[in-house]
Amino acid sequence: MAEFETGMTTRAARSRPISPHLQIYKPTLTMMMSIVHRITGIALYFGMLLFAWWLLAAASGANAYANVEWFMGSFIGRLVLFGYTWALLHHMLGGIRHLIWDTIHGFEPVERELLTLATLIGSVTLTLIFWVVGYLVMGGPR
Amino acid sequence: MNEAQPMRTLMRHVRGLGPARSGTYHFWYQRVTSVAGIPLTIGLLLIIIALLGRTHAAVVQILGSPIVAIIMLLFIINIAYHMWIGMQEIILDYVHDDKWKLLSLMANTFFVFGVALASVYALLKLSFGV
Repeated sequence: MAEFETGMTTRAARSRPISPHLQIYKPTLTMMMSIVHRITGIALYFGMLLFAWWLLAAASGANAYANVEWFMGSFIGRLVLFGYTWALLHHMLGGIRHLIWDTIHGFEPVERELLTLATLIGSVTLTLIFWVVGYLVMGGPR
Repeated sequence: MNEAQPMRTLMRHVRGLGPARSGTYHFWYQRVTSVAGIPLTIGLLLIIIALLGRTHAAVVQILGSPIVAIIMLLFIINIAYHMWIGMQEIILDYVHDDKWKLLSLMANTFFVFGVALASVYALLKLSFGV
């Protein structure tokens, strides 16, 4: 009787074999992009500290904002922001790919490879466009 | 009344082990925040382009204007929820030790609330002055 099931029944089955993990499979593009989606998610998560710092500095005053500008304008700062832009756009396009997959479309071998390739090419292209426009707005690299 | 369908709720449903109609809650809200995140992220990027190279005074004025502030507030609130669900998913996938699992789940909540509240506070201060 299902009503009287308890946790006891599962105890005997504890040492069952576990399923094979990543290292046993040949790497594929979709698999790599799945991992990258998660890694970019983690990077964006911690990168939100920069976002909060930027806003708090803007709200705090000109001196605090000058510190943020100094960091973000430095070589390391620009590198981090460039990486962050790519991670954001890649995670967004990867998310759109997942939303398409959620509708049960795009799972054919060719379709899913194309979708995955499109997110990669798209994110790199959009990142470059964003930075070119950014530099144009600022009147060239300072 | 259907004889095969007892009126009592199954114990495993009460314990959240079976279809208690709540298992897809996080899945669904991760999708909702994904969809909302697309226009909001585009909005954020456009706002950043508009702010590049401007003085502090101009940045304060733009960030404090209603449309910009509302887009930024929606962005941070939406992304905070998305971050919280996403990081919880990752923790549940990789952290199996009960103590560390609970601690990291707690840390996730603290981090997300901290970042979100700091950003919201800054935006409100920029909007309402003082």
